[in-house]
Amino acid sequence: MLFVLVGSGLLVALALVATATGSAEITVGDVAAAIAARIFPFLNLAISEQTSAIVWDIRLPRIVMGIVAGAGLAISGAAMQGIMRNPLVSPFTIGISSAAAFGASVAIILGAGLVGSEQYLVITNAFLFALLAAFLVYGLARTRGMRPETLILAGIALMYFFSAGTSLLQYLATEEEVHTVVHWLFGTLTGATWENILVVTVIFAACVPLLIKYSWDLNAMVAGDDLATTLGVNTRRVRTVSMALATVITAGVICFTGIIGFVCLVAPHITRMIIGADHRFLLPCSCILGAGMLLGADTLGRTVFLPTIIPAGIVVSIIGVPFFVYLILRTRKEYFQ
Amino acid sequence: MKLEISGIQFSYRSLPILQNISLGVGDGELLSLVGPNGSGKTTLLRCINRIIKPRKGTILVEGNNLAALELKQLARFIGYVPQSAPESFPLTVFETVLLGRKPHVSWTLGQRDKEIVFNVLRLMDLDGMALRLFSELSGGEKQKVLIARALAQEPQVLLLDEPTSNLDWKYQLEVLALIAGLVREKNLSAVMAMHDLNLASSFSSKIAMLNRGRIYAAGEPGEVLSTVNIKEVYGIDTTIKNDSGRPYIIPSLPSLVTGKTAQRV
Repeated sequence: MLFVLVGSGLLVALALVATATGSAEITVGDVAAAIAARIFPFLNLAISEQTSAIVWDIRLPRIVMGIVAGAGLAISGAAMQGIMRNPLVSPFTIGISSAAAFGASVAIILGAGLVGSEQYLVITNAFLFALLAAFLVYGLARTRGMRPETLILAGIALMYFFSAGTSLLQYLATEEEVHTVVHWLFGTLTGATWENILVVTVIFAACVPLLIKYSWDLNAMVAGDDLATTLGVNTRRVRTVSMALATVITAGVICFTGIIGFVCLVAPHITRMIIGADHRFLLPCSCILGAGMLLGADTLGRTVFLPTIIPAGIVVSIIGVPFFVYLILRTRKEYFQ
Repeated sequence: MKLEISGIQFSYRSLPILQNISLGVGDGELLSLVGPNGSGKTTLLRCINRIIKPRKGTILVEGNNLAALELKQLARFIGYVPQSAPESFPLTVFETVLLGRKPHVSWTLGQRDKEIVFNVLRLMDLDGMALRLFSELSGGEKQKVLIARALAQEPQVLLLDEPTSNLDWKYQLEVLALIAGLVREKNLSAVMAMHDLNLASSFSSKIAMLNRGRIYAAGEPGEVLSTVNIKEVYGIDTTIKNDSGRPYIIPSLPSLVTGKTAQRV
């Protein structure tokens, strides 16, 4: 509970500071006033249109997207690590990101897509190919009783397959197309809109309560499927549904942001080191940490090297890895065999 | 009978593992399954638990057919203690025992669930280490925590798969005395797979001797643990002494050595 309160408070503070930080000089007070003026118009707060536009149209969308996307990616990673009983697993290591990248590349380079108009071709392709990868992994693993090892191996095989497909497309593409694909692969919050945020938030809000409902089952499954079965857990159903939910959340995020992988893998680990491995607390707390990580990384990326903006996907890895290594060396607890 | 097993058959593909197993365990009774490796002890426990599905036969607990129950309902009837604890289990002792309440709750724990867990921890003398990580405990302590977790399920039947196989001699005696006492006090029915015939003799109300997937003999320890049965099932000559009404088995070591030497020749 302490983690949730402190973490949420820090996240709100970080969001305010992030909104006030950027090339246009706006104070935290201006930000608070601009937000209040829009939400409570009867207060008649005096805010310039320019400030309001910077806050509401430029900064807040990427900040809110950073929070929702970071939370979604982190809880997906925590759930996947739990159901597979493996610390190296995330939606990215089982081929979902590679498939999304391939889908986006098909849309960018070939202009072809599964559904959707030209404007949304990259988004729908990335989303649907991510789901397709998860479906293929599920189909392959189902033949062997949905065992974690089979899921992981099938996922890794697909990851290589789709990566090769993306490389082939890049090899055949023009320089401009390759540039667009590579930029998409970096993973960034630039281009976040309120419409995108609404989609991601709806997916997040629909899936997260169900994942949290399974947190007891995930705890039981850490000790192995047999033991979990004796506690009344239908391990096959929990694994299938949790994997589907984690995939939909991840696909919903990365189709808008591009590949931001590190949050998925590391936010659950760091949370585990701080509060322990009980999934009842780990899942919601990972959301807070993941949101903070991505928001912090994006804020640094768009302010430290101005006028150049470094994509959040790159910053989060560069800063996160040394911190994560420090935590690994410091902690004495082993959470996985 | 609280637990009634009738005509259980199980096979891996075409290889029969259990053939026509029928047993009954009453209130406050501890039934030990003994027999050589591969005789079907663990498979029978896994069938009762529905970790695997028997090809034929029925299992009733207090008249309820287990095959017709949801896994969660089944877990309210049967608690399970595995052979060994996972090497690295990331929860604390309290959280591990709390998992035993899983079959009884859906979203959140009630006050009663927590009270049950605290009571079980006290009963098992584990309340002092409730906040320690499970993976930091000794083998005997881990086994006690797993028994506590099974008790937190408030089961009618307790299944134990060689619960002392990884423990030293002192912990073996302690854990078995604890199990036998709990079965009597809480009026449970327990089925326990065991390798050590003398420990099975000392702590069990009944023994079933399995051989090649069939029940070779079943009954009171004195009836089952005879020199003839042991020779037939294990191929070992023994001398049996009476220890306060229970058989105490002394293997004939010269016959073992001679047997092995003869086989090599």
